[in-house]
Amino acid sequence: MARANRAMVRSYADDLRLFPTWTKRVGLLVLAALYLLVPLYIDDLWGSVLALAGVTAIGALGLNLLTGYTGQPSLGHAAFIGLGAFVAGYYGGGRFADGVGYDFPLFVYILIAAVAGGAVGFLIGLPALRLRGNYLVIVTVGLVFLALYLWKKWTTFTGGNQGSPMPIKAELSIGVWSIDFLKPTVFGKELGPKQGLLYLAWGLVAVVALLIKNIARTRPGRALQAVRDRDIAAEVVGVSLFRYKVSAFVISSGIAAVAGTLYGLYLGYLTPNEESLGLVLSIQFLAIIVVGGIGTIYGSILGAILIGALPRIIDEFADSFPFVTDDPAKAGFTKGALSTAIYAVLIIVFLVLEPRGLAGIWRRIQAYFKRWPFSY
Amino acid sequence: MTKFLSLLQDGLALGAVYALVALGFVVIYRATGVINFAQGGLVVFGAFLVYQVQFTWKWLGGGGTWPGWIVSALFAMVCVALVGAAFEALVLRRMIGQPIFAIILITIGLFLLVEPITTTIWHNPPGGLQTPFGLSTITVSDVKILQVNIATVVLGAIVLGVFFLLFQYTKIGIAMRATAVDQEAALAQGISVRRVFALSWAIAGAVAVVAGMMLAAGAGPAPGLSVNLGLIALRAFPAIILGGLDSPGGAVVGGLTIGVAQVMTGGYIVPEVPVLGAEFADVVPYLIMLGILLVRPYGLFGTREVRRV
Repeated sequence: MARANRAMVRSYADDLRLFPTWTKRVGLLVLAALYLLVPLYIDDLWGSVLALAGVTAIGALGLNLLTGYTGQPSLGHAAFIGLGAFVAGYYGGGRFADGVGYDFPLFVYILIAAVAGGAVGFLIGLPALRLRGNYLVIVTVGLVFLALYLWKKWTTFTGGNQGSPMPIKAELSIGVWSIDFLKPTVFGKELGPKQGLLYLAWGLVAVVALLIKNIARTRPGRALQAVRDRDIAAEVVGVSLFRYKVSAFVISSGIAAVAGTLYGLYLGYLTPNEESLGLVLSIQFLAIIVVGGIGTIYGSILGAILIGALPRIIDEFADSFPFVTDDPAKAGFTKGALSTAIYAVLIIVFLVLEPRGLAGIWRRIQAYFKRWPFSY
Repeated sequence: MTKFLSLLQDGLALGAVYALVALGFVVIYRATGVINFAQGGLVVFGAFLVYQVQFTWKWLGGGGTWPGWIVSALFAMVCVALVGAAFEALVLRRMIGQPIFAIILITIGLFLLVEPITTTIWHNPPGGLQTPFGLSTITVSDVKILQVNIATVVLGAIVLGVFFLLFQYTKIGIAMRATAVDQEAALAQGISVRRVFALSWAIAGAVAVVAGMMLAAGAGPAPGLSVNLGLIALRAFPAIILGGLDSPGGAVVGGLTIGVAQVMTGGYIVPEVPVLGAEFADVVPYLIMLGILLVRPYGLFGTREVRRV
């Protein structure tokens, strides 16, 4: 009897396997090697682009749990990013020099951010239980503006309009081994803060991706997806809407706040205003998961690399376009305007051509090779 | 009392603007089931088109004269209506049946696109748009009332009145209501659902121009002509939540309530409690929205969603 293809799912245990095929296991090894080696050789520009992509990937994975797996759209992510960043400033020693806050190590302030984000997420999740779809989108838009107002006024916590400096060190020690992610020494080589953040951010991406994958492939994940597909039917078969909707909010907000602390470390200094923590940041996260592919983990990560890095790449190369000027009084695009315009056009064109995102493209490629040489 | 009345006129003018923007949201939502995030962008684009006609081309003597003002408004309304209908026909129509997140994101993309385009075409705009009445006031027993504010409320009432007549009594209005109830049944009755979709976007665009030009001419707490008008339009979201997403009448009630509440907060509460700061008035609409949602999740006049297993 011919052996079945290894990728074929024959039992429930097969379905649960994280890395069912050899290609996936080899791919994982390649990724791990890249993770260790890339920061050693990357320059500052691309290092910071990739570090930012990693930070946004963490936030996007959290949003994907809420929006992609549980079907609760949210444009409120910027509020939680802000919360996490200011927790880092207050508890991580960023404002310690001004005599404000605490000087906790990395591990502690990330934990504080996660707990604070989860607690606020719980408070938001309760009223959100009564809302669905479009109403929820609008309410979370309001959340962004309320949070921004709070950041501007809550001077003790955020520094108010002057903003808050971020921690200057992010030290993690396990036993005798310790590393400061803002000034790391890896294999005897001293690296800059951007390269160090690459290790921190992408390490956390792996942890968060594994967490979400584990939630998604087990009982709670099936409950969340049942809520997404038809919430009343889910309730009828015994899924507690209260429990799963609210926990999706809690986990997603906690992860967003963790992403926020890294965002703070990446920026170095955070002033609360429309540009740094406004609606556009929330839009970016929603754009990432939709462009990447809703309800897929690799989609969120690929989307974050594409969209998170896009404005930065456009900024970097805007000078080579002839119609770009730096003088706002003259005719022609300014750099910022060009960046926003390209970003907006790309989102529109991409979604019109491929509404299921990068994941949709990937599935088509996979299907093509699986059936090769037949076309269907 | 004088203070109350002078705040009230600002609040009603701002509320009329919110009502117009909210009406645009509701018209598109009823027809297509999509929240149009680009509504704020249409407001900005309309206001800048009016500026182009009034200041650069100076048709019929610019915006300071009655004929010049009317022609600038009509021109911008037609243009933005065409832009709205074209966007629907060329982009959104391909998205029918696709995931709702993708559609929402496309309208957000259009919203993001408006700012760089307007700042690139119209750099250095003046402080505000012209109107035949400028900043002149009428004094009614000590209360100075800006004529712009009166004009905004009157204009808002006219536009809304025309819309309701169209919606209730004309053939195309009945077609729009039928489409809102059931698209397939409307199709079976020979209604062109496509035309209804495009028309909804056109109406939303034209109404947005009126809102934008009055805001930029100094209605309410005058913000002047800038791309920030789009953010002000986002504050019409609480108005549609208050009134209900699918109720045009609710949009009017919600808009006026939110506008008056915002201006009154700025006038009475902020000076009393200086800790809150002037921005507090701007977030009051969102606070009202949260309060309303806890009591009535579908707004005052919205249709309660019937869910089946």
